[in-house]
Amino acid sequence: MRKLSTRRRHFLALPALLAMALLLTGAAYAVVAPDSATAESDASVSQIEAGRQLFVVGCASCHGLNAEGVTTAGTDGEPGNYGPSLIGVGAAAVGFQMETGRMPLARSGPQAPRNQQTYTDEEIEQIAAYVASLAPGPARPSEKDVDWQSVDEEGIARGGEFFRTNCTACHNSVGAGGALPSGRYAPSLKDVEPIHLYEAMLTGPQQMPVFSDEVLTPQDKREIIAYVKTVQQQGNDGGIGGGGLGPVVDGMFMWIIGLGILTGFAVWIGMHGTRTTKR
Amino acid sequence: MSNNTFTRVEDSPTGKKLAGPVGWLDDRLGLAAAGKKNLRKVFPEHWSFMLGEVALWSFVVLLLTGVFLTLWFVPSMGLVEYQGSYKPLYGIEMSEAYASTLNISFDIRGGLLIRQIHHWGALLFVAAMMAHMLRVFFTGAYRKPREINWLIGVGLLSLGMVEGFTGYSLPDDLLSGTGLRFVDGMIRSIPLVGSYIEFFVFGGEFPGEAIVPRLYIAHVLLIPAILLGLVGAHMLLLVYHKHTQWPGPGRTNENVVGYPMLPVYMAKAGGFFFIVFGVLALFGAIIQINPVWVYGPYNPSEVTAGSQPDWYMGFSEGLVRLMPPLETTWFGWTFTWSVFLPAVGGLGLVFTSLALWPFIERWITGDEREHHLLERPRNAPVRTALGVAAMTMYGVGWAAGGNDIIALKFGLDIFAITWVLRIGFFVFPVIAFIVTKRICISLQRKDNETLSHGWETGVIDRSPAGGYAERHAPLPVEKAYALTSSREPLPELESERPKKADAKGVRNPKYRKQSLRHRLREFYYSGSVDQPSREEIEHANEHLVGADQHPIELGEDFQGISETGVPRVH
Ligand code: HEC
Ligand code: HEC
Ligand code: HEM
Repeated sequence: MRKLSTRRRHFLALPALLAMALLLTGAAYAVVAPDSATAESDASVSQIEAGRQLFVVGCASCHGLNAEGVTTAGTDGEPGNYGPSLIGVGAAAVGFQMETGRMPLARSGPQAPRNQQTYTDEEIEQIAAYVASLAPGPARPSEKDVDWQSVDEEGIARGGEFFRTNCTACHNSVGAGGALPSGRYAPSLKDVEPIHLYEAMLTGPQQMPVFSDEVLTPQDKREIIAYVKTVQQQGNDGGIGGGGLGPVVDGMFMWIIGLGILTGFAVWIGMHGTRTTKR
Repeated sequence: MSNNTFTRVEDSPTGKKLAGPVGWLDDRLGLAAAGKKNLRKVFPEHWSFMLGEVALWSFVVLLLTGVFLTLWFVPSMGLVEYQGSYKPLYGIEMSEAYASTLNISFDIRGGLLIRQIHHWGALLFVAAMMAHMLRVFFTGAYRKPREINWLIGVGLLSLGMVEGFTGYSLPDDLLSGTGLRFVDGMIRSIPLVGSYIEFFVFGGEFPGEAIVPRLYIAHVLLIPAILLGLVGAHMLLLVYHKHTQWPGPGRTNENVVGYPMLPVYMAKAGGFFFIVFGVLALFGAIIQINPVWVYGPYNPSEVTAGSQPDWYMGFSEGLVRLMPPLETTWFGWTFTWSVFLPAVGGLGLVFTSLALWPFIERWITGDEREHHLLERPRNAPVRTALGVAAMTMYGVGWAAGGNDIIALKFGLDIFAITWVLRIGFFVFPVIAFIVTKRICISLQRKDNETLSHGWETGVIDRSPAGGYAERHAPLPVEKAYALTSSREPLPELESERPKKADAKGVRNPKYRKQSLRHRLREFYYSGSVDQPSREEIEHANEHLVGADQHPIELGEDFQGISETGVPRVH
């Protein structure tokens, strides 16, 4: 008890208390929050307003005060889109971009990299509600949409087919990622949350095409997620994987380690003749 | 073991029992006489001579594991619905070849291990052949009388690559299908006859139904049989010519210093087989290779990022990626140069120049003598530098084959990499050539210096006047012999210069050819320094021993100075 009372005046006490309060309200909110599919219509005016304020502070510098996008003169006098318009991108895009830490963009580059999430879940919901209120767009997927554990074996196999036809060209067959022109890349899908897999398909960030519900139904999307997750969790049959990078890495391994070890043995054997000169 | 405990084989209990049957066999086959000669054949020793052995043993491992795989592999493109135990593919329609590969991997005991050993073995086989070839190249071991064995080696390397590629294509997974598609493109790019050859090879349009059974016959029967024959010829010629050796005390162009085949070399080689097998088994057991199940069955409409051929085809793939698009249409025929030149031309160039080099070199040097002593790389600077330049070029092509992986792993722009490699393909080899040649020549000079000024002992004298000087000790005779015995004296180039016309003014009809050869000769020998003459060395030795400095007292143990300047004493 004495400990607590002395620490009460610690300079971190206040921030810690605040963080705890935020966390609690966040958690409480998550429990009572309405199904996000309907959040768009139900989102209270106050939530949208809170989102707008957050947006003005954190995002407007690039996306414009009303999310209409900012076009500034790029290099060499070419017009460059500093931040695209967010009108109509929907809550799903905001959720995906912010929860994977891509937004707010820290540093401009060919592509926003995955990063730590900077905003709280609650703030993200608020901004999402604000962006969704601007124009209709894809909503955040529901719990049921991403419930991949309910998919049966047949569904997983079908998901594999969908994955190979639609995704491996960019993300590689084990989802290890791949390079795209101009320093861009399709990132690795390892450890990506199911909801972000879903939202990525729904919103098509960057070079990635949009897989709308007409192209891949919610059921198809769930099966794809199930396939990706199953394959990632089943472990590597056959030993340490080459990171899914395939033959290039294997070849390097054989040259450097395999041939290296064997040359070492050859040197060793060569040194030990029958008439050894060792004393 | 001292002599009095030694029992002759014939007198041992086992020997006595075996004498009957062995004698029976010998009476009929007469192997003893032939065996006596060949089993006592002497082989010299050096670690680099074992690279070829690595290739040989990995070939044996491939034969063993390959036979195991044939027991379950079904070489058919007939469609089946997968019912095996790998769940994420359950119920998917696929070819029997792919399904049976999945079965080998998941439902046959030890199948995955053997598959992985087989695949790692294939990578090692080609890598070891290539390393072995580089050893032979850089030491000049292909010189007369061993040119034919060099040609057999080139054949083995190319066939080994084809064998690996046919194997890689058998499982009919997405990656192997993509590889086949690449080769299909290569074939089709052959001007005029390309599409006919494609139809011939694939039995119709790509991919068709015929290709897997055909590849299978090539992979398990045709090519292994040819490989086996070539390996046999390679070994026979090796025994016939005797192995080359490094120059050293007691080693001349006429003898071979080393250990007899039986028992020493046999034991060593046999042991080495187990080491190679062991390393491959270890690789197969702990490192995944070609996980065909994650790639999925081949479907011409699918691709995967990071599609790659096995490393030995990476060079061709890389050249295709480097080549800018180029296509022409003449008289209704389309010529896809951007595929034909790098893929077909590139491989053709590599193997043609490999095959021709010994003959080109011989034409340039005019060297008709037999060589059984190896040449140190530094003593043939242009050969060594050309080799390094070729390796650099190969390396650039190889890197280009993995340009997407490099881009992804190092966060670089794939276009930038491609451009650097495009320019590098022409520039890096030139730089490598110049640098290597300079290094070789510096090393020659260094040898000359040690020959005429002795070893640097690392002992520093300070003179009364305050100057410092390092003492040198005369080179042991054996070292001096090793340094000089294989070195060729440089030819008198100036006196050989061909003339347009002789003294009487008659035109020399072969002038053009002779002068080309002369210019190549000048290029080949330019910069090289001759080794010091006998007089120079003797003079220097006198100087070392007598004169103003005391000869260094070198103990029995003194073995010279290591590269770091520390006296080597054991
Ligand atoms: C430094 C400038 C910058 C800031 C700050 C920034 N963005 Fe962005 N945003 C971009 C750029 C550039 C893109 C497009 C490039 C990309 O997606 O990688 C983008 C894309 C997006 C997209 C995807 C649009 C689509 O078409 O799918 C969303 C959603 C988004 N931003 C939301 C936000 C939110 C919300 C914030 C505030 C928390 C924010 N951004 C802050 C620059 C910025
Ligand atoms: C044309 C290439 C392309 C295709 C096809 C494609 N993607 Fe993507 N994907 C991308 C790129 C590029 C990004 C990175 C976007 C960014 O960083 O803004 C991406 C990002 C993602 C992410 C986010 C990963 C992360 O790090 O947060 C997921 C999840 C994803 N993709 C899933 C899929 C799925 C599932 C499919 C198939 C239905 C697919 N993608 C098809 C190019 C592609
Ligand atoms: C000379 C050397 C050989 C090389 C370089 C070689 C190479 C390969 C390669 C790379 C594969 C693909 C393996 C995979 O990852 O699935 C393969 C498959 C196969 N090889 Fe070989 N191989 C050789 C010799 C042999 C021999 C002698 C046999 C049989 C007599 C054989 C039988 C097979 C079979 C049946 C397969 C397909 C089974 C499978 O893919 O699982 N191979 N080979």
